[in-house]
Amino acid sequence: MVPASQSAERRSILALLSGHGLDGLTLLVVPALLLVLGLFIYPFAYGLWLSLTPKAGGILANYATFFSDPFLYETIAKTLWLSLPVTLLNLVMAVPIALRVRLMRRQRLLTTILVIPITLGTVLVAEGMITYFGPQGWFNRVLLWLHLTSGPVKLTYNYWGVFLSLLITGFPFTFLLTLSYLSGVEAALEQAAATLGAGSWQRFRHVLFPLILPGLAITFCLSFVQAFSVFPSAVLLGAPAGPTRVISIAAYQAAFEQFDYSLASAIAIIMAVIQLGIVVAVLAARTLIYRGPAGGGKG
Amino acid sequence: MSIHAGQFRELRLERLGRTFGGVAALRDVSLSIAQGEFIALLGPSGCGKSTTLNILAGLLAATSGSIFLDERRIDSLRPEQRGFGMVFQNYALFPHMSVAKNIGFGLAMRGIARDEIARRVGETVALVHLQGQEHKLPGQLSGGQQQRVAIARAIIIEPPLVLMDEPLSNLDAKLRLEMRAEIKRIHQTLGATTIYVTHDQEEALSLADRIVVLKDGVVRQVGAPDALYARPDHLDVAAFMGFRNVISGTVSRQDGDLAGLTVAGGKQVSGQARGRLAMSQKAVMAVRPEDMTPSPDGPIRAKIISSEFRGREFVGFAMSEEGAALAFVSDHPLTNGARIQLAADPMRAVVFPEVS
Repeated sequence: MVPASQSAERRSILALLSGHGLDGLTLLVVPALLLVLGLFIYPFAYGLWLSLTPKAGGILANYATFFSDPFLYETIAKTLWLSLPVTLLNLVMAVPIALRVRLMRRQRLLTTILVIPITLGTVLVAEGMITYFGPQGWFNRVLLWLHLTSGPVKLTYNYWGVFLSLLITGFPFTFLLTLSYLSGVEAALEQAAATLGAGSWQRFRHVLFPLILPGLAITFCLSFVQAFSVFPSAVLLGAPAGPTRVISIAAYQAAFEQFDYSLASAIAIIMAVIQLGIVVAVLAARTLIYRGPAGGGKG
Repeated sequence: MSIHAGQFRELRLERLGRTFGGVAALRDVSLSIAQGEFIALLGPSGCGKSTTLNILAGLLAATSGSIFLDERRIDSLRPEQRGFGMVFQNYALFPHMSVAKNIGFGLAMRGIARDEIARRVGETVALVHLQGQEHKLPGQLSGGQQQRVAIARAIIIEPPLVLMDEPLSNLDAKLRLEMRAEIKRIHQTLGATTIYVTHDQEEALSLADRIVVLKDGVVRQVGAPDALYARPDHLDVAAFMGFRNVISGTVSRQDGDLAGLTVAGGKQVSGQARGRLAMSQKAVMAVRPEDMTPSPDGPIRAKIISSEFRGREFVGFAMSEEGAALAFVSDHPLTNGARIQLAADPMRAVVFPEVS
């Protein structure tokens, strides 16, 4: 038999734990935690360790190699030169379209049409684009037929091919996120602004835009990370030896052409650090603006 | 005080109508409102009162009819062109702007100079008693304070018309009484013409110069609070004005404004005749609980179901012989299940022809 004082103590520990939100239910977190540890934390830590144990040289030799070889370090600029403009353009296009779509009755059909490019995957989109935007494709034929150009416009196997592909595959995602943030702004706020004399541009400028800006920052981060890790379309639609030699191609070549997993890991870590740097910068800027609820009612 | 109400002579609603998907939410609403009036649109939910307000604000288009401000037709103007101030049910304050920015928003949209805005915001803040809160965000204010910001924001633009959509419904009972007095005070200070939507008859009676009772999208009665309270034109208006007891019978006597009804049990009741009554016609008498009391020779026979102690008096609930639920007041405790005879004050009861 357990002495009374001991069982009382046991109970008080349980009470203390449940006071902090820990009880039997908390154990349900364990499987997910194991999955995260096994599939995310461990590979990341292993990759970091791998990058610090190069084939030759000290622990930072791989990083020294990367930043001393222009063929390698220039991939950072090339990737940013693709991913930043694409992400910004996607946002700039998504906001006005979402503003209009938000007022439409049949949003579901449009949403479905927009989700299709996401489900098709980048490879299929790239294959389609090679034909459509190619020298003999419909796009150029129409331009020639309309006498808008004298010869076919080169939109494949270069920077613009990858740019367009990222735009097509990235837009639906950006748009849907933007739409959800816009729909989250209480309709009465815009109505109130209108009764106070604000025209549609003023309503956007002073009410809607400041309220969706924090959401746009998140959308920017997510879209940017997607665009920064571009690989299939850079290979299929771009010039993978030239202007679209993005950082993931460098990592791929290190791993599967030179079989230097250690250098490949170092490149992957550099990728992660750059993405993290931009995301942290954007989110830090976000703390400077209003981030509360987008409703005017009593909370 | 340099804040004024916008000037006009008359606001006219002519046969306004609105349908939603083929269903009429509003039918032929006509109304003429003079400068400075406080009008309450009163009715149960779904009666069309908010629809009317939104049409006036320009947030909703009317399906038919027109609105005139003096000689100018305004129903096709966008809300930002009308310049009416509106107080929304949930206040709709801009959550990312300070109290001062919220209040000054309408002036900023009109391109008024910054120091002029600051001066008028200061005056308006003083008018609604919000001194010291100027730099807070709406989320940091209490419900009553948010309400004051919403009112200040609407009146600072000196609108010809202030529209209020159930502005007190989100407040607790005590605050509601306090803000009701505030709305009255601000109206009396500025004299701004106000249209106030509510489903609370007490709010309408205490605030309005005239009450417009709406039901099923139709205007049922327009009148001053005391007139509406004492002499409703229809049984449904009476029910809304607190005439909870409805007793049916046949018209057996008419004497000027007084009509007598013979009720179940053969006895006679009487009340003020409303509408055209003919002898032997079926009719109903409506009376408020506070105007019905137990009386040894009372004409209405009923059985007590339950009672409540209300401090000054007891309120009894009873079932009449013909099966109508009745409420009445009594100075003495009541016994459940006991038979009772009730009498109504003829001067405070109203008689309507029965509509089938």
